[in-house]
Amino acid sequence: MSNLLEIAGLNKRFGGLQAVDRCELSVREGSITGLIGPNGAGKTTLFSIISGFTKPDSGQIRFGGRRIEGLGAYEVARRGLRRTFQIPRELKEMSVLENLMLVPEGQFGDRLLSVLLPGARVRQEEQVNEAAAREVLETVGLAEKADIAAARLSGGQKKLLELARCLMSRPRLMLLDEPTAGVNPTLIRHLMKVMQKVHASGITLLIIEHNMNVIMELCERVVVLDRGHVIAAGTPAEIQQNKQVLDAYLGGVDA
Amino acid sequence: MTAYLVAILIFAVIYGFVALGLNIQWGLTGLINLGQVAFFAVGAYCAALTTQAGLPLLPALVLAALVSGSLGGAVALFTPRLREDYLAIVTLGFSEFVRLIFLNEKWLAGGPDGIAGIPRPVTIPGLDSETSFLVIAAVLLAVAFWFSQRLAHFPIGRTLRAIREDETVVASIGKPTLTYKTLAFVLGAALAGIGGALFASYLTYISPDMFGPNVSIYVLAAVLLGRQGSTLGTLAGTAVVAVLLEGTRLLKDYITVVDGVQLAALRLMALGLALMIIVAVRYGPGRRA
Repeated sequence: MSNLLEIAGLNKRFGGLQAVDRCELSVREGSITGLIGPNGAGKTTLFSIISGFTKPDSGQIRFGGRRIEGLGAYEVARRGLRRTFQIPRELKEMSVLENLMLVPEGQFGDRLLSVLLPGARVRQEEQVNEAAAREVLETVGLAEKADIAAARLSGGQKKLLELARCLMSRPRLMLLDEPTAGVNPTLIRHLMKVMQKVHASGITLLIIEHNMNVIMELCERVVVLDRGHVIAAGTPAEIQQNKQVLDAYLGGVDA
Repeated sequence: MTAYLVAILIFAVIYGFVALGLNIQWGLTGLINLGQVAFFAVGAYCAALTTQAGLPLLPALVLAALVSGSLGGAVALFTPRLREDYLAIVTLGFSEFVRLIFLNEKWLAGGPDGIAGIPRPVTIPGLDSETSFLVIAAVLLAVAFWFSQRLAHFPIGRTLRAIREDETVVASIGKPTLTYKTLAFVLGAALAGIGGALFASYLTYISPDMFGPNVSIYVLAAVLLGRQGSTLGTLAGTAVVAVLLEGTRLLKDYITVVDGVQLAALRLMALGLALMIIVAVRYGPGRRA
């Protein structure tokens, strides 16, 4: 299969810190790819650059064959590349359902004109969007929480909402930033099932993850980032044997 | 006495437009605008100059809305990255800048002398000029209220509220946040412009000293009193501010222990006290920020 995402020669410097350093990375269409690396390796910065929130200093990012590195965040999202946030950013004052109903693109009701015209078309559109949102909530297992304020969700449920918001738009590629961090083991199992379901429905996943069990079980390929540079890539089993990777995690101690 | 009540109501209706505008910007979208008076002033001068040149009131209102709205759009586009206190400082400065232009550019708008003899070209048969004006302004305010209410409750209002909560999230789901923020600013400025045009037409005289920052603060108080984001609350808040500022003038006939100057100061203190109580009760310890 072809590569859905291709990154070549990507650099980003923050003052004295080379956060992303000649980064090369590719994600095959239809895969679940893991992105691991020690704390401060530049994983989240890389996500931020791919999704258009941070401008790279140099390098190329191709998504579906087209360059996206110069686009703004909302334009990247519109092309079908969506991200979640490491620390959930639920819209607290809205209900869980509203958090999702916000998502669909090209809503007529999202245009100023709709305010001046009869409401029938918007009501109909809202019904369709509500049904779609409830279905997504069903998929991730939040259906019962649809009508409560998002602020009242537990930490783990907020992680699910992040995933649901991303899923709502049916993107081609999802960037998941530590989807299981700080979540209890039962919910981790549930989250993994959801991610497998999402993947089975035809969405490619790139996942930042620290939990090696999750990586081993989900990912067919793992990319290791250290100080902004990709130091290894391969199957989870290969990566576990890789000396360079162990060095990076253990601080380069001679064994 | 009745004439005075009508006058209070007219002021309340005029400020209602300005407050509804601020509610779209600040209440709904979270853009703190401390310079709403700038758009009010531009609307007022726009209507003053064009109605003096013979334009009827309604086209003058539309023109005022367009000019103030465009100016609002320009401010929004020049400050795309500014949020919260920084935006507040810039808008406050901008409003003073606008006032100083009207004060110093004599050729444009009469400088410190202002513009006198602005026509008030509306009368409903059977009603006096003041009451006619009140009826027409109130009907227009009802339309603005209807518009604001729909805006807040339609999906577009949901997007604006989402921007208020977390702009990054809105960008991450593929919505152009700058476009929405600019739109909110344009709409809010246009409503302020209509308010300004009515203000000029009602008073028939305007001068730069009427457009100081205190107007922005009164309107901010109205939106805050009415609970930020609520359309109906905004109008209620405006009514409270109008009564506190203007209605308390009536008290001077009944209260004899303080003189007029002291009473004027007391009116402002009453407004400040009302604000402090509202903020303490609503946002105080143990309440949601």
